[in-house]
This record gives sequence, structure tokens and C-alpha cells, in this order.
Amino acid sequence: MSFITVENVSFAYRSGRTILDSLNLTIEKGRNLGIVGESGSGKTTLLRLLLGLAQPSAGRILLDGQILDTRNRAFMGGFRKRVQAVFQDPYSSLDPRQSVFNIVAEPLRALKVQTDIESAVSEALAAVGLPADAARRYPHEFSGGQRQRIAIARAIVARPDLVLADEIVSALDLSTRILIVDLLKTLSTSATFAVVSHDIALVALLCPDIIILEKGRIVESGPTERVLKDPAHPYTRRLLASTPRLPPPV
Amino acid sequence: MTALLTVDRLSIATQARQLVRNLSFSIAPGERLGLIGESGSGKSLTSLALIGLLPETMAATGSIRLDGTEVIGAGERQLVALRGPAAATIFQEPLTALDPLMRVGRQVGEVVRRRLRHEGLPSSAPAVQTRVLELLSRVALPDPERLARVYPHEMSGGQRQRVAIAMALAWRPKLLVADEPTTALDVTTQAEILALIGQLVREDNMALLFISHDIPVVAGTVDRVAVLRQGELVEAGPVSDVLQAPADPYTRSLVAAARTFDTALGRLF
Repeated sequence: MSFITVENVSFAYRSGRTILDSLNLTIEKGRNLGIVGESGSGKTTLLRLLLGLAQPSAGRILLDGQILDTRNRAFMGGFRKRVQAVFQDPYSSLDPRQSVFNIVAEPLRALKVQTDIESAVSEALAAVGLPADAARRYPHEFSGGQRQRIAIARAIVARPDLVLADEIVSALDLSTRILIVDLLKTLSTSATFAVVSHDIALVALLCPDIIILEKGRIVESGPTERVLKDPAHPYTRRLLASTPRLPPPV
Repeated sequence: MTALLTVDRLSIATQARQLVRNLSFSIAPGERLGLIGESGSGKSLTSLALIGLLPETMAATGSIRLDGTEVIGAGERQLVALRGPAAATIFQEPLTALDPLMRVGRQVGEVVRRRLRHEGLPSSAPAVQTRVLELLSRVALPDPERLARVYPHEMSGGQRQRVAIAMALAWRPKLLVADEPTTALDVTTQAEILALIGQLVREDNMALLFISHDIPVVAGTVDRVAVLRQGELVEAGPVSDVLQAPADPYTRSLVAAARTFDTALGRLF
């Protein structure tokens, strides 16, 4: 059964500018979904709606059949436990004054999760491949890739069903990027990821399903393998042709 | 043929740290070299050192010969004469290269005027204006006459990078230095800008130094690559050799990572 259902969702500003136009999509538990789009595609707005940070102008988003209503506080409490996020910039998304322990423990405290905080944090740090003593240190002591691991640990510590990952490797070097991709693959066995990115190759590595957004509309969606092999929409073809690649090995 | 640029045992350091160590490479006229490196490799410092723009807190030793002039230790007057005609640079973020308060046409015009004066040619307003419109259409900006009158914030990122390229081109430089010129752009825009840079470099027979962290982006645009890691050159050679049979373990790991992403996409369309 689909865990999240987006039904005819549109989003427009009061000025009348439409950002998202009648989107339909589903996210199933255990099946990562890739959301690919460039600037102006509306992917960030979609992410904000999925996180409950904004309300659709039309249509609705369902979590296990229940309407995501940002004004329903009781519902939102449960929702936040089940849906977490990781953002692009590992330098601005971590509070520099907090120890890594406090950063990772924050969702447990904020969401009043009944658990042994100490062991939950050390499990989360171990799951993202950080040493146990990382908990006592501060964000500035870590590289960009390690900071992104801290942000991922914070996202998974409350054992959410879905993690929204917004361009989470875009700011990283290639050799770090590949390590984070491996980490996300491993973590995909225990959480579902919605990978939002302009990078179709990243999505191809992590997600069995894909949707392609262009100017607020879904132009193509389906199993990633099919979309890559036989892209139906001209924009998908252009994205694929534009992605730089190495010359093929001889 | 004499090299246009020869970097010989270049080291760059602050008082506390060595940032680039014993770096040597050269570029012949019309040759395209890719400088590949990740964060902290020293690639951008190297590009600043080439035109004598290192911050005052850093000292360069060794030798950089650009178009017959030694850059290290050169006076400001000599450096000003080199910047532009010998080497013009385009940066990652075109907004930093553009004045937000000046219309685009006037900014390109300033460079055109300086270049015309440098060559002792007439720099009347109509002569400058004609050249500005030529340059804007050479970088494939639609409706150059209209775009010449807009401000940078009224353009898209891709259009702004085209303007920055037009400004570099206005110098008719012997060497075009492109420092991560497409990193801030969308994938489809990146493909257009890469094609444009490739075409302009060929048409004007400019040499190109393409600096990037992204191997696949560099691979399609240059003849030779040099791979930097933590301020040191680990490997250099023709693109095909380095990518097909990387000798250094670090280059091997970079190529393997890039291939992982390529493989995920399947065959080429």
C-alpha cells in the first residue's frame, strides 16, 4: 500500500504564479522514489509540501490514508516522527554551537520519543559510519561529507518511515559523494528515501522509481530502469543527453 | 612551439600552511588543459596565481611564465597588462564578475573599450556598441540589443555566464581560464555552456585552462588533464590515457566513482 499519496496537488502564490500544477504521485514503503528537476521545476516546493511546511493550494496529500493537515497539531506530531529530512548544505544545516550528540538527539527530544536517548544516538552515529567519540565533538571539527553523515544520523535517529533527501550530495566532492551514496543504499533497507535532485545519475543509483518534473508538472514517471532505457518525454531525453559522462572505456 | 604558459615548481603558502607544492605544467598556444581537483586541492589558488591575484596573506615561489612575462614578483603595471590580453578568466558564479548596478551592455563595453585602446584602435561609442552586440550574439544570447539594456539580476544564471564569457572574449585572450564555469548551473544549461566554450576556443584558437572538480565535465572539453590532490600534482597526460588507464590510485578512485554514476545511467543516448 502506498504510504504517501499526492492527489491533484497544485501550489500557487497569491500573485497567481503557479509553481506546481496538478501533481499525482505515490511513495511506497521500502521503495525509494527519485524526484528529478532543474531550477524552477518546483521540486523544492514539492518537498516543502511533503514536509508539511506549506499547504497545497488545491488537492491533498495523504499519509496512510489520513490527510496531511498542517493545522492539525496532533496529526503533525505523529507525522514528524515518521517523515524526516536532510538538506543540501551540510554547513548551514547543523547548529555550530551544539555538540553532535545534541544535534542528533534533537528530534528525539523535540518529538518526545520514548527511548534511551544515549543509545539511540550512538546507534545512529554507528549506522552512518561515524566513530562513537564524534558525539562529544562540534560540527566545525568535521569535513563536509562527515557533516552530511551527522545530518543523516539526525534524520534517522527517530526511526522514521520516510527520509526526504534534498540535493544531499550536490555540495560534496565526487569521492565523498560516492561514499554517501553507498551509505544511503545501506540505510535504504531500514528507511525509505525520497531523493530530490537535479542529478539523474544519483537517482538512478538509489531509486527504483523516478518522476521527472519540469516547470511544475510531472512530465514523466515510472520505474527508473524503463525511463532511462526508453525515455518518452523530450525533456527527459534532453536531461539524459546533457548529463556529462566519461568517454566509454575501450 | 614555445609554451604560452609555463608553471615551474610553483608553491603557494601562507605563514602557517603549504597550500600548493612544486606544481609544474605548461600549456601551448591553442592547447586545452583540464586541471582536476577536489576541495583543498589548490586548483583555484593556482588559477589566481597565474594572473597575480593571490591574496596578500599568501606567497608564491617558483616560476609562472605567461606569454613571455614572469608573473611571480611582477609589478602591478605588468600584471594589469597581462590580465585580459594574455589570460582572461571566467569564474563559477557569474554574479561576482558582473556589476549589479550596471547594464550588461555597458559592462561588456568597458572591456571592449579597454581592449581597443590597448591595441591603439579607435574606441568611439558606435564602434564599441557594434562590437558589444557582436560579442553578445557570439555567445548565443537571443536578442542582443534588448539584453544589452538589462541588469544582471534580470537574467537567468546561464545568460549571466554567457555575458561573463562575452566579457572574457572581448579581450581576445590567448588563454581562457575557466574556473568551475558550470558548477552553479543546471545540467541542461551546463551542456549548452560547455558546448559554447568548446566552440569559441576552437574558433578563436585560444588556449584553455579548464578547472573543475568534476571529471566528466572536463573530459569532453580538453586534450590533456592534470590531477591535483592536496596541493600536489598526482598525474598528468592526454585525457584518453589518464581516464582509460589512470596510474595513480587517487585518479583511479575518482575515475571509478565517475564510472559508477555513468553505469547507473546505462547506455549513451
